[in-house]
Amino acid sequence: MSVSPPKNKIWWNEPVPKSELMWVIIAFVWGLIMFFMMVYWHAYGEQNLSNEAYRITAEDFSAKTQTMVDKYTVREESGYPVVHPPVGEDVYLIARLWQWWPILELEKGKSYRLHLSSLDWMHGFSLQPVNINLQIHPDYEMVITITPTTSGEFGIVCNEYCGIGHHQMLGRMYVVDNEGT
Amino acid sequence: MAIKEQYRICQTTGLRVYKSAENLIKANAVVAVVFLLVGGIFGIMVALTRWKAVHLLPADWFYLALTAHGINLLVVWIIFFEIAVLYFASSVLLGCRLATPKIAWAGFALMLIGALITNVAVLQGNSSVMFTSYVPLKADPSFYAGVILFAVGALVGCFVFFGTLVIAKQEKTYEGSVPLVTFGATVAAIIAVFTIASGAIILIPTFLWSIGYVNHLDTLMYRTVWWAFGHSSQQINVAAHISIWYLISAVTLGAKPLSEKVSRGAFLLYILFLQLASAHHLLVDPGISSEWKIFNTSYAIYLAVLGSMIHGLTVPGSMEAAQRKKGYTNGLFEWLRKCPWGNPAFSGMFISLILFGFLGGISGVVMGVEQINLIIHNTIYVPGHFHATVVAGTTLAFMAVTYLLVPLIFQRELILPWFAKIQPYVFGLGVAGISVFMMGAGTLGVPRRHWDISQADAVLPYDFPGAANLMMGLNGMSAVLAGLGGAIFIVVVVGSILFGKKIASSNEPVAAEEEATVVSEYGSEEHPNIPGTLILVAVFFTSFVLYYFVNWKYLAEVWPLR
Ligand code: HEM
Ligand SMILES: [Cu+2]
Ligand SMILES: [Cu+2]
Repeated sequence: MSVSPPKNKIWWNEPVPKSELMWVIIAFVWGLIMFFMMVYWHAYGEQNLSNEAYRITAEDFSAKTQTMVDKYTVREESGYPVVHPPVGEDVYLIARLWQWWPILELEKGKSYRLHLSSLDWMHGFSLQPVNINLQIHPDYEMVITITPTTSGEFGIVCNEYCGIGHHQMLGRMYVVDNEGT
Repeated sequence: MAIKEQYRICQTTGLRVYKSAENLIKANAVVAVVFLLVGGIFGIMVALTRWKAVHLLPADWFYLALTAHGINLLVVWIIFFEIAVLYFASSVLLGCRLATPKIAWAGFALMLIGALITNVAVLQGNSSVMFTSYVPLKADPSFYAGVILFAVGALVGCFVFFGTLVIAKQEKTYEGSVPLVTFGATVAAIIAVFTIASGAIILIPTFLWSIGYVNHLDTLMYRTVWWAFGHSSQQINVAAHISIWYLISAVTLGAKPLSEKVSRGAFLLYILFLQLASAHHLLVDPGISSEWKIFNTSYAIYLAVLGSMIHGLTVPGSMEAAQRKKGYTNGLFEWLRKCPWGNPAFSGMFISLILFGFLGGISGVVMGVEQINLIIHNTIYVPGHFHATVVAGTTLAFMAVTYLLVPLIFQRELILPWFAKIQPYVFGLGVAGISVFMMGAGTLGVPRRHWDISQADAVLPYDFPGAANLMMGLNGMSAVLAGLGGAIFIVVVVGSILFGKKIASSNEPVAAEEEATVVSEYGSEEHPNIPGTLILVAVFFTSFVLYYFVNWKYLAEVWPLR
């Protein structure tokens, strides 16, 4: 039994039953398929996280964001600037206790380089209802290129616990249909 | 034979039980169950808070309760019980006295004191940092100190286990190789040593930081090292509960491994590859290359997943072979129908096996795919997944084996046998519910560790779809069911230990065991015939492949990003 020493002392010489061997091979091949699926998606899939990231201080990141906000704010909403940057521009989003700042307004079908960083603790960028989720660290600036393919109003939820205000940490993003270029 | 120690022989299993080991197993198991109770109560409160219609706790209490729930169950309950399992798998299964019982008691004391210190810190309300305690969230220094003490105590337990293996070998209490179950427990203990070392590397600096000796900790470094600890500790659980699956099938059905080589090889894959999986937690973090993520998240081409998939065949396969030898050979599944479904040790083990494989295993591999993690990371899908692994899998397996330990170690008959009989079903159903509904809510984007997804008082509120609230409501109801199952377990076990009918002890050896001879030699002549298991495995594999590709399809629907 499994609770007693193997009866056959040289158990490692016993042949493996066919059914088991077959399953080991199937499972191994399936592992290979799953492994190469990730590699394949890097080459042909459209959703891959970039490896682009920099070390940055909170001051530098907020200065960069402020510059963008100063240049491209189009209106105010609940005390947040709504920023509509030109297509192709680098856009910045600050995570801090307990806000996503500012509100970005992007154009559908256009690509943007989105820079994300936290000014204090770790936060979780969770764009809803699209459901893209990223871990946002302080001192690291993550840069991803996103292309919104649906328009409307989107919520940015924080899904990394960041203290007592965590559940109030919500942001917003708008995606508008192209106004022609 | 330097040390002569008192032992007795169990009249049902023929196992030799030494007093020193018996007392330590009792103490560790009892303390484990007490913490299961405490953590379970917090769990129900958490689930009821996340059920919108109930919304039980205020925000600060919610985060406190969630921290207490995670620590007391994932860490304290599981590890105390694992120490009991280690002592059982070494001393009892090898029929050997326990090495250095005094030191083992010291380890036990350290663990208990550590657990209490951390609990006090959490309950005081200034350490609601979750069990992950990500910096720069800062807890009271005693929070980290308690966890460190606890870990040191657990490390002592591992070394007592290794010491016992050495003594058994020297004193020749068994012949040949250790039993498979002991082998699996050894794998768990080896992984535990690695795990605790990683824990020390991260928690000691964090403790120093909390008292002001270190002034900065990098968050990415913290997460990387913390998860080398946090994820590996899950592999201890897997190795431990798979050993228990083998143990229970041996005791209840007389099952023996189809092939020692394959089952042991599968355990070895865990030691070799499981540690890589801390990458699972870092897939959407900045500053880590995709090459590193892919290699590590797949445990180098899924070799540890291979290990689990092998056990997925060999555990039910060994049961089928044993049952067929007993004459249950009609059709594909007579062997399964004729299993002792009324024995909670057996039913608990089988439910644990099914839920762990189908819910926990498949979801775990899928969310560990580098790109698919983008649509899952930190949503409540994640707790959904690990309640299938660590609650339906590990906790239920531990409950099941407790039904064997009560007569064997505590020498008491179970009280309330009818309740004991239904307990694994009630708990299993409840836990399957919380897992499935949390996973469902997670695919709708619901965040984990979140007090209020209706966000009534946020400046920029976002409304989750109604289905998300429905899922969280169903989760709350399942939590009540799981809680009921947990409560029955505790009442039956504690009641039996205190009031159960005593089983007479004796040190007469028992006549050679019936069960063991029912299943004759395995090996070359005897091609085990396991068609039923092959069907089960085929169903499993089909679900796995389908679910895997469905998630790639979900991923393909979100906004392109690179
Ligand atoms: C009656 C049984 C249980 C119920 C109803 C339950 C329910 C829950 C719920 C609703 C959450 C919160 C998810 C969130 O808001 O993020 C949670 C988290 C968690 N549960 Fe359980 N649970 C139970 C048993 C267990 C057991 C037995 C374990 C461990 C062995 C466990 C380990 C955890 C952990 C580690 C977390 C995550 C805590 C965190 O995010 O920091 N649970 N549980
Ligand atoms: Cu946050
Ligand atoms: Cu947060």
